[in-house]
Amino acid sequence: MNGDALRDYRRFLARASFVEMAARERARAILDAGSYRELLGPFDRIKSPWLPMQGIVAQADDGVVLARGTLDGHPALVAAIESGYQGGSIGEVSGAKIAGALELALDDCRRGRPIWPVLLLETGGVRLQEANLGLAAIAEIHAAIIALRRLVPVVGVIAGAVGCFGGMSMSAALCSRLIVTRQARLGMNGPEVIEQEAGVAEVDASDRAGIFRLIGGEQRHAAGLADDLLEDDAAAIAVAVRAAFARGSPPLERSAQVGRLAERLASADPQRPPAADSLRRRWNEGAPS
Amino acid sequence: MSVHPNLSHRGRLWFEALTGTSSGPGSSDNSGDGVRDGTAGSVRVADAALGSEQARFIAVVPDVHNRFPRARGGEVGLDEACALAVCVRDTIAGDRDGARRAIVAIVDVPSQAYGWREELLGIHLACAAAADAYASARLAGHPVIALLVGKAMSGAFLAHGYQANRILALDSPEVMAHAMGRQAAARVTRRTVAELQVLGEKIAPMAYDIRSFARLGLLHRLIEDVNADAPGQGDIARVRAELLGAIADARAGATDLAARLTSPAARQLRAASIEVRRRLAEQWDGA
Repeated sequence: MNGDALRDYRRFLARASFVEMAARERARAILDAGSYRELLGPFDRIKSPWLPMQGIVAQADDGVVLARGTLDGHPALVAAIESGYQGGSIGEVSGAKIAGALELALDDCRRGRPIWPVLLLETGGVRLQEANLGLAAIAEIHAAIIALRRLVPVVGVIAGAVGCFGGMSMSAALCSRLIVTRQARLGMNGPEVIEQEAGVAEVDASDRAGIFRLIGGEQRHAAGLADDLLEDDAAAIAVAVRAAFARGSPPLERSAQVGRLAERLASADPQRPPAADSLRRRWNEGAPS
Repeated sequence: MSVHPNLSHRGRLWFEALTGTSSGPGSSDNSGDGVRDGTAGSVRVADAALGSEQARFIAVVPDVHNRFPRARGGEVGLDEACALAVCVRDTIAGDRDGARRAIVAIVDVPSQAYGWREELLGIHLACAAAADAYASARLAGHPVIALLVGKAMSGAFLAHGYQANRILALDSPEVMAHAMGRQAAARVTRRTVAELQVLGEKIAPMAYDIRSFARLGLLHRLIEDVNADAPGQGDIARVRAELLGAIADARAGATDLAARLTSPAARQLRAASIEVRRRLAEQWDGA
């Protein structure tokens, strides 16, 4: 092994996997050491009122960890979704935790006390057992991100392995800056749902490599739909989050670049859709660095 | 490509009834029917008087010739979401220095488009752009009203209607709101459609019917006793009056979505949403 390879290998062994961390560890790994303070933690016991009615055990934090703390000394808020509980799905309580925290951050920003909001997105979307209340909460999350984004960048991270789907994929698209790893997947409709709705000829959900070529973190980054592509390394992700805030808000948020979106769609022929790699070349021109 | 046997014409019907535009059923002649040059034929836009107000009406309608095969049944696909974003942003830009027009989203959308082309080309961003545009209009002082006349489903509703200041709905069995269509939700949750129906009767947020949705406190008004499929002049006049009432209420209120948590219905069935916010505010600044 030459020197570079050995150094890379040692770095690989030394890194802490972010993907393998639970939501609480992830929030701690992002915030400055010693600054973590959880809000509405498990001991507050605010659980889903709807799951026990369906014979499902409700977890005491409803699968969302909220923490205040600092990033390089600046006040920050991290909302981390726990994919190990109900697939990271958004129910009434977990959704209200995210929306409510962003609304309070907005109040603080308006009073001249800016707080840096970070969303650690790992979710299949709406929790179908709470259907309409999950969807309503996601609309409120969208509203809060859009309002807050005018005052402070909102930074999203999709690390994997679940990825970010459904209405929450729109939340990811609304973020001022989106950080992904190669293990991330980002899509409106999960492959299983597309296969069920449109048939296996439309999408083969069991073709793992094919799915990643379509909606994986590397592809999304290369096509300009995510801003930073990182290795699965907690320290590197924490650095990238800080860098995103240091950079500030983009001149025009991605979801407000309507002219660019219209141009890109107009140039796509649904009868002869571009291959994933040619989309990278075509869409990455002029993408924000 | 199979023809959709159950295309809903409600969205087009109410768009034409409220704006005085017409195209005739199944017409492919797009002149004078609210289709903007350079945008999807499945998105209809027209300005029309509403009392003393001038309002912009927007609807997504089925288009069997849609260039994206998965978006021919009135779904919000890539082109539809983009067209929504464009026309709402045009409205904001047009009123920048003057009175903010009301924006009425006529909602009859069975789902977002499910397909691999849609995922590849980033339908999540297109839908986010639409939601962003509607929310930006609301924040800019436009009263944004969603009028549910058919299905209001999932990502399609998030892109078209759910960012409104006020949500109105016709009280009709075909008016529904949900996170996922019945068949798909049954498959994903490994239940039968009949089991889902029973659960919906017990658990209000899981129900599909609009009366159950109204119990969640998310509606400004449920408009009763209107013929949703063949409205007469009286029905149309009633809906106009309700739209005007909602617009006035929106103009008098805040530009955020807080009103959705204040009704007596919300205090009952969204009690947890309110409690989370109350306890969060208590803990926000620490001891």
